[in-house]
Amino acid sequence: MAEQVLIVGAGQAGMQVAVSLRELNYKGEITIVGEEPYAPYQRPPLSKAFLAGEADIESLEFRSPDFYSANDIKVVIGEKITDVAISGGKGVAHGSNGRVHNFDRLVIAPGSAPRRLTIAGSELDGVLYLRSIADAEALKARWAEAKNVVVVGGGFIGLEVAAQATKAGKRATVLEAADRLIARAVSPLTSEYLRSAHERRGASVRLSASIESFEGSNGRVSGVRLVDGEVIPADIVMVGIGVMARGELAEKLGLETSNGAIVVNEFAETSNPTVLAAGDAVLLPHPLGFGNQVRLESVQNAVDQAKVVASTIAGEREPYHAVPWFWSDQADIKLQIAGLSTGFDQTVLRGNPDDDKFSVLYYRDGKLLAIDAVNDPSDYMAVRRALGAGAQIDPRAAADSAVALKNLIISSDA
Amino acid sequence: MAQVNYISPDGTVTTIDARDGDSVMETAVKNGVKGIIAECGGACACATCHVYVDDDFAAIVGGPGDLEDDMLDGTAAERCSNSRLSCQIKMCAEYDGLTVKIAPKQV
Repeated sequence: MAEQVLIVGAGQAGMQVAVSLRELNYKGEITIVGEEPYAPYQRPPLSKAFLAGEADIESLEFRSPDFYSANDIKVVIGEKITDVAISGGKGVAHGSNGRVHNFDRLVIAPGSAPRRLTIAGSELDGVLYLRSIADAEALKARWAEAKNVVVVGGGFIGLEVAAQATKAGKRATVLEAADRLIARAVSPLTSEYLRSAHERRGASVRLSASIESFEGSNGRVSGVRLVDGEVIPADIVMVGIGVMARGELAEKLGLETSNGAIVVNEFAETSNPTVLAAGDAVLLPHPLGFGNQVRLESVQNAVDQAKVVASTIAGEREPYHAVPWFWSDQADIKLQIAGLSTGFDQTVLRGNPDDDKFSVLYYRDGKLLAIDAVNDPSDYMAVRRALGAGAQIDPRAAADSAVALKNLIISSDA
Repeated sequence: MAQVNYISPDGTVTTIDARDGDSVMETAVKNGVKGIIAECGGACACATCHVYVDDDFAAIVGGPGDLEDDMLDGTAAERCSNSRLSCQIKMCAEYDGLTVKIAPKQV
């Protein structure tokens, strides 16, 4: 009998595992099981084009229905895997609607879930999160009428929604608990640019904000009360305060986890060799070999790690080596990040943030780590290429914005 | 419904009926045309959906916008005067019969 691969999670990573297996001419049976009532779809547009009414559900699909049948990939939607057991290298999973899935290899790509706020009023209608099509439709259903949008959390998703709100002529307020925006992923320089850029576009950004409760009437949210007593009017409250890895299934299987994240090696194998994992929920070795373990919530990581899963299953065993990259479109602000800046001790600014076009290069011990580029794809691509090739860009030379970065790349064997 | 012809690096031609408003990239990826990767899903953020637009359509389709122009500087395959990122070309009736050559290298 053919080998059976069961993929739990129909997101970017789960879909890519299936596609990559077929591209590697894998002959076994492939089944993808997803909880949501949709075939695998793209999430990034939900806070951008979909919210703006420029993309519909069909346009979010990764592949046409014909693609899956033509490639003999079985997609089961609307089913949660409730139980799973493995013994002797074979396993069986039980679905919420009574289906039984046998497998030889199990891939878990469960993704993450928005961190929930549990303060007074958080159950009011109009207090929303954004992760799925269902979340996005709930947001969109209230969007046209809403005049005041309050975003809780000044991270990527919050700023994307705030940008759409101001663009649509709404009053947008961003409440961030920390003293700067996106503190976990970008330098203070980029944080300060984003604060000022969103303010210039009409949003109000409150840093070090402390929320007391959500106020409402007749079960609907009407405002956000801060600890100092001020109430900010709100027709919609969009909470974007980070996500948590969905490690439930991994814990059920007794796999090694850390803070709920599934620990894997460079071949995407978990502590049980029958089980592989990819995507947001995974804690993996640093993809450029810089030592520490990382959890990466990005399209790039979902795709590249899924390819590693496929290669391991197909017996090719290609270790994970990839330049992390990321983007966030906040109306006309295009932020692109390549590399991981964690642990930097030097930054180099190119261009002028006041022009809405600049980049920040990050270094540690004189070695290039990463870039944040705002409306500057040239610099972004140059750093992405340099990191991918293990090349360097001299920080002193990079400080001259008049010189194109791509002409400053020093290859490692030069 | 307009048709797009994709010429793969190995010379294979695949013709697909595009949904109006879908990009040349989306039309390829959803239907399993190989060689267009498009990791970012069409956000003009990854430069892995590089194509060369056929001469007959170059004027109709036009050139890249500013951001796309910068991204094209970072493509893995050679950039030519008819290079475009296929996520930025939206299909419409006017483009019926559009032929694009898929760049030989995307990553």
